[in-house]
Amino acid sequence: MVTILFFGQLKERLETSRLPLELVNGSEGLDSVAKLRDFLLAKGDVWKENLAYGSALVAVNQQMATEDTPIKDSDEIAFFPPVTGG
Amino acid sequence: MEADTLTYIQVQEDDFSLAAEYQALIEDNSRDGAVVTFCGLVRDMNLDKSVTSLFLEHYPGMTEKSLLSIINLARNKWPLGRIRVVHRVGRLQVSEQIVFVGVTSQHRQAAFQGAEFIMDFLKTQAPFWKKETSNDGQYWVDAKQSDNQKAKLWGI
Repeated sequence: MVTILFFGQLKERLETSRLPLELVNGSEGLDSVAKLRDFLLAKGDVWKENLAYGSALVAVNQQMATEDTPIKDSDEIAFFPPVTGG
Repeated sequence: MEADTLTYIQVQEDDFSLAAEYQALIEDNSRDGAVVTFCGLVRDMNLDKSVTSLFLEHYPGMTEKSLLSIINLARNKWPLGRIRVVHRVGRLQVSEQIVFVGVTSQHRQAAFQGAEFIMDFLKTQAPFWKKETSNDGQYWVDAKQSDNQKAKLWGI
C-alpha cells in the first residue's frame, strides 16, 4: 500500500488530501512516478487537468522526485503545485 | 526541529519574537562578529489586488527536511555560524510576520549572502502554499518566475 498526498490547490480541486492505494506487485506495475501519474490521470477529467506532468510537482518519501523515481510498497508520494512560501 | 546545535528550524502557527530570535543568535556566541536577520511580512497588495489575509499551508515533515537541506547547501558555500529559520502557517492577517531567517558568521559577507540564499531557496523549494483573501475573493497564489530566476542566479 502506498499513500498519496495532495496539497494546496490540487487538494481542493481533487477534493481529496489523502488517497491510499493498493499496489499489487506486478499486476498494476505502478513502480515509478511516471506510471503512478498515468494511473491517476486515467481517473477522470479533473485528474487529467490538474495532475499532468509539468503542472504538479511530486515528492517520494518527502524528497523531490522525477518521473523516473521508483515507487515501492509503503512509500509516501505527494503531488503539489509549485511552492509559494516566504 | 533542532537539527544540530547551530541550526534551528521551526514551522508554527504562533507569531515569533524578533528580539528573542536575535538573542538566540548572539547569546554566548563571541566567535561571530556578524548577524543578519530577515523578516517577511504579509503585504496588503499583491498583483493589484487588495489583500486582507492569507492562509499558509505546508507539508509537515517534508517542509522541515527541505529547510534543513537548504541550510546545509548554504553551509557548504559559506562559513556560517548559527542559523535560525522560523516560518508561520495557518491564517495570517496583513502586516503580520510570516518568516524569519537569521544567520551569524565571523564576517558580514557570509552572513548577508547566506541569509539571502536561504530566503531565495525557501521561496522556490520549501513546500509552503499561500492562499490569499482579497477584495476579489480567495485564490491560491501562483509561483513567480522572478523567484525562480533569482534562485538560479546562485548557480545551484
